[in-house]
Amino acid sequence: MTGFAGHGPAVGHGFTVPVLQLGDVLLVTLQGELHDGMAEQLQEDITARISNTRVSGVVIDISGVEIVDSFLGRVLAEIAAGAKLLAARTVLAGMRPAVAITLVELGLTLPGLRTALDVERAMELLGVTTRRGEGSP
Amino acid sequence: MQVSVSEENAEREPAAHQVSAFLERRREQIAQRWADAALFRTVFTVSRDEAVEAGRAVTAALAAVAATGRLDDLRAPGFEAVRDQLGRMAASRARTGMDLDGVAGEVAALREPVTELLRAEFPEPYAPEAQEAVLALTVLMGTLRLVVMETTVSAGEELIARQREQLHEVATPVIKLWESTVAVPLIGTLDSARSQVVMESLLDAIVAERARYAILDITGVPTVDSLVAQHLMKTVAAARLMGAECIVSGIRPAIAQTIVHLGIDLGTVLTRSSLADALAYALSEQGVEIAPLRAAGATADAGTR
Amino acid sequence: MMQASRHAGPADLPIGSDADLAWVRQQVRQAAAELGFGLVQQTKLVTAASELARNTLVHGGGGHVRITPLDAGSTHGLRLDFVDTGPGIRDLDQALTDGYTSGGGLGLGLSGAKRLVQEFEVDSRPGEGTTVTVTAWATVVPPSRTVP
Repeated sequence: MTGFAGHGPAVGHGFTVPVLQLGDVLLVTLQGELHDGMAEQLQEDITARISNTRVSGVVIDISGVEIVDSFLGRVLAEIAAGAKLLAARTVLAGMRPAVAITLVELGLTLPGLRTALDVERAMELLGVTTRRGEGSP
Repeated sequence: MQVSVSEENAEREPAAHQVSAFLERRREQIAQRWADAALFRTVFTVSRDEAVEAGRAVTAALAAVAATGRLDDLRAPGFEAVRDQLGRMAASRARTGMDLDGVAGEVAALREPVTELLRAEFPEPYAPEAQEAVLALTVLMGTLRLVVMETTVSAGEELIARQREQLHEVATPVIKLWESTVAVPLIGTLDSARSQVVMESLLDAIVAERARYAILDITGVPTVDSLVAQHLMKTVAAARLMGAECIVSGIRPAIAQTIVHLGIDLGTVLTRSSLADALAYALSEQGVEIAPLRAAGATADAGTR
Repeated sequence: MMQASRHAGPADLPIGSDADLAWVRQQVRQAAAELGFGLVQQTKLVTAASELARNTLVHGGGGHVRITPLDAGSTHGLRLDFVDTGPGIRDLDQALTDGYTSGGGLGLGLSGAKRLVQEFEVDSRPGEGTTVTVTAWATVVPPSRTVP
């Protein structure tokens, strides 16, 4: 599941979601079109990775995502809920303004999810200082 | 070519031709008299010379129009030379609170002094040829009045269109108050379209300024109904999805009452009574405290927070 | 075939798989962008299309969407007809209620999509199928109303 996605049309092609482990945190980077099946697969993969690695935090970077509908919204909420059961905190980072406005209009405010402006802020929220490398004890 | 046309017209319109020649000849006197008329006197308050100069220009334009015989033509090329100036004069009167009718009346009042001069040109002021010339002048002055009114109206329309555009931009300024803190002071009625603009510009500013705190100040919003409250809550929710905390400030007592009466639940929204309180909250959350710079002890205190 | 008709008139896209949903989203976004929709308007319409196309796939057993560009003088719009020949919606009022779900979603599909567009219409006949028609305009205020 680790690897980088290409920038070409995602439709109908093999498209992987990069999941990186940065110390105590899993960084998941979503980009472009995500098929429903892929999103569900991702959910399973992340839960498995948290369980195997015992990380304490998950950052999902959606700055490259152009739309979040109720399906992807549900998947994101479930990833956070699953992570919580495994004692990991999830932060959703980098939601675009247009996506945020649309989600609110759709009626999806994701109350259980912590959010951050970008990955750096998300790391900060999880107690990981990316710039100075102090990290958490 | 134009000269031959006007000469031709002049032959057919002896009265118009006479008026044109008269305006040319008496330009200086007419300008002097107009400088004392209400319109010129009130527009050119600083210097009488300016008023006389403007009067000369208008007289010359009228002479040019009369020379072509197109006494009642608003589009006569002769008017073009003074259209801008007439527009500025009318706008200047409008700024003092005078309405269109008032301006038109002042332009109409310019006719009398010129008519007097024109009659004096004739040995018998009330002979048929004098009457004919006066009639031609009256038509010409009437046209001048219409030109001024038209200029005023179109200037007003342009102004309104420009102001409407500016209002949309000006109405929703997003201000960076501090590192990571932005604010929108909302002034005036919030309708759906404007709320949308507010939401978008606030969220864009959050990204641009990497803001952690966004303050929506509604001190200048006259009423908050359930629709406005709904828009506020949507903005707060959208900002939260992006990782910023929204604070609504400036809820006046009357508005607080309305919100309670309408049964609107702002429970999930962080509120403060004033913009200053909201800023103080945002700063203290970021570990910043503002203290008066008086003694060394005071600043040291602030530093320990 | 799908690409050829996109500029001129209506285009029909099949909805039969996950990949089709992604394709519908891309095509709706492209059509909306070409008609001058702003970024937020585009995002709202694409999201609504995603919800409705998924309904067509999951509840209607598949079908198609017709994308029709509209021209109303000063502004442009896009009409989307989602058509399936599935079981139909038994209780439309209930289906349009927030939180009601017959599938695995959050129950925001129909009601949420309705809030993202300017015009919304459902024609459903039990046993025959469902057609959901939505229209969005490039400007915030639809052209039928007067602009203040």
